[in-house]
Amino acid sequence: MDKVNAPPSPRAIHRHALTTRIWHWITAVSVIVLLGSGLMILNAHGQLYWGEYGANFDRPWFKLIWLFDSARVPGWLTIPSTYNLALARRWHLFFALVLAFALLAYMIVSLISGHFQSDLRIRARELKAAHLIADAKAHARLEFHDPANPRAYNIFQKMSYAGVIFVALPLAIFTGLAMSPGMNAAWPWLLDVFGGRQSARSIHFIVAMLLAGFIIVHLALVILAGPVNEVRSMITGKWRVPR
Amino acid sequence: MTLITRRTLLVTGAGGLLAGCDAIGKSQPGRDILFKAEAVNRSLQRVLTDRNALAREYSDAEMSPRFRSNGTSRPGGEAYRALMAGNFADWRLRVDGLVQRPLSLSLADIRAMPQRVQITRHDCVEGWSAIGKWHGPQLWTLLDLAGLRDAARYLVFHCADTLLGRPYYESIDLIDAFHPQTILAWAMNNRTLPVAHGAPLRLRVERQLGYKHAKYVMRIEAVAALDGIHGGKGGLWEDVSGYEWYGGI
Repeated sequence: MDKVNAPPSPRAIHRHALTTRIWHWITAVSVIVLLGSGLMILNAHGQLYWGEYGANFDRPWFKLIWLFDSARVPGWLTIPSTYNLALARRWHLFFALVLAFALLAYMIVSLISGHFQSDLRIRARELKAAHLIADAKAHARLEFHDPANPRAYNIFQKMSYAGVIFVALPLAIFTGLAMSPGMNAAWPWLLDVFGGRQSARSIHFIVAMLLAGFIIVHLALVILAGPVNEVRSMITGKWRVPR
Repeated sequence: MTLITRRTLLVTGAGGLLAGCDAIGKSQPGRDILFKAEAVNRSLQRVLTDRNALAREYSDAEMSPRFRSNGTSRPGGEAYRALMAGNFADWRLRVDGLVQRPLSLSLADIRAMPQRVQITRHDCVEGWSAIGKWHGPQLWTLLDLAGLRDAARYLVFHCADTLLGRPYYESIDLIDAFHPQTILAWAMNNRTLPVAHGAPLRLRVERQLGYKHAKYVMRIEAVAALDGIHGGKGGLWEDVSGYEWYGGI
């Protein structure tokens, strides 16, 4: 009998706070829509540049045509599924607002409640090579939880969740703002921070791909850790401690 | 077994999500909700940031070596061709609508006004950017000459070119109309404005995306509302494809 189908241990604990669960699903939907609509927006000019400017006569560091003969991202990955820049922008700029304000609210609530401090704080001993290697070995054995403290996140969880919440999502938001000509006038420091509008566009794309990579690994680990128990814990908060 | 079922579920779920998004994007209630974000984004920018902030200006050394054109590169139509053949000597810019003194200005009149030169970045909605130098009078000097009536809220730029069989037009509100960097450019990169870039006169509205920068401007009309003009959404791309009227984002 494999781990996925093993009967759950009777011990259940409260795993995720209500605000975490609400934020998780709002963000899950937003990020998926933003990735799909973002790829459609990229179709309109499938080249990326470094610096302030960049257009057809300039030298790109990335071309969509290297990946796809049509120079367009296939329709099963984009929102909408057929070429439509205007509608993709409507989706993108709607869910950009949802993502940004949900993250802001979640950050405020979680700082006040102490969720970040108690659950995501990375301690020095967790970064020691011996600890990292031991945890990597445990992952290879599909053991993701410390039996002594099953509610605690392991170091790789902490690093990836903190990376998404404090680095990737804010970077996506601010590089997105740095592409707005109105915001460029109002907050010119955005251009200086990212090294110009086309650099901001490039970083925006790289961060989006990192987030896509996170989603793939995250879903794979949810499946390996027992999808019913994991998904339920993010809906009801209740989580059965694996044996 | 369960793993395969769940993977199938996941793939079907993802496919269903994209199909659902397509259905929402085609339905009127879905579009109504999505399109509301434009007003939120515009209001947030206008309320939270300085509405008189200037777009960044660049040095000669920072200019794009070549500045591509987009949209119409050569307007059709006999009238425009005749004007072009005459080097635009017979071209006149009309300023009318809700103004006290309608104007009819030649290129010489426009060149004789106080000028502004600015090197700015042009950001196309498609994603590319190019930096170029623009030369022309500030729009507000023309508006002062014409004397806007109190009821005027928007300026509509009627153009000589057509796209998708419709006349090109664009519009801006008074915040952008009186912004110091909003100019009517008749020269670009130290040369007379090329036809591909909107000769003889184009709008530069530097805090908005490229499609707002109307080329081949023939007439500026001051209006109280945009409803009655062409498709009613304030611009050709807004009417035809659903692009945002507020192109600041």
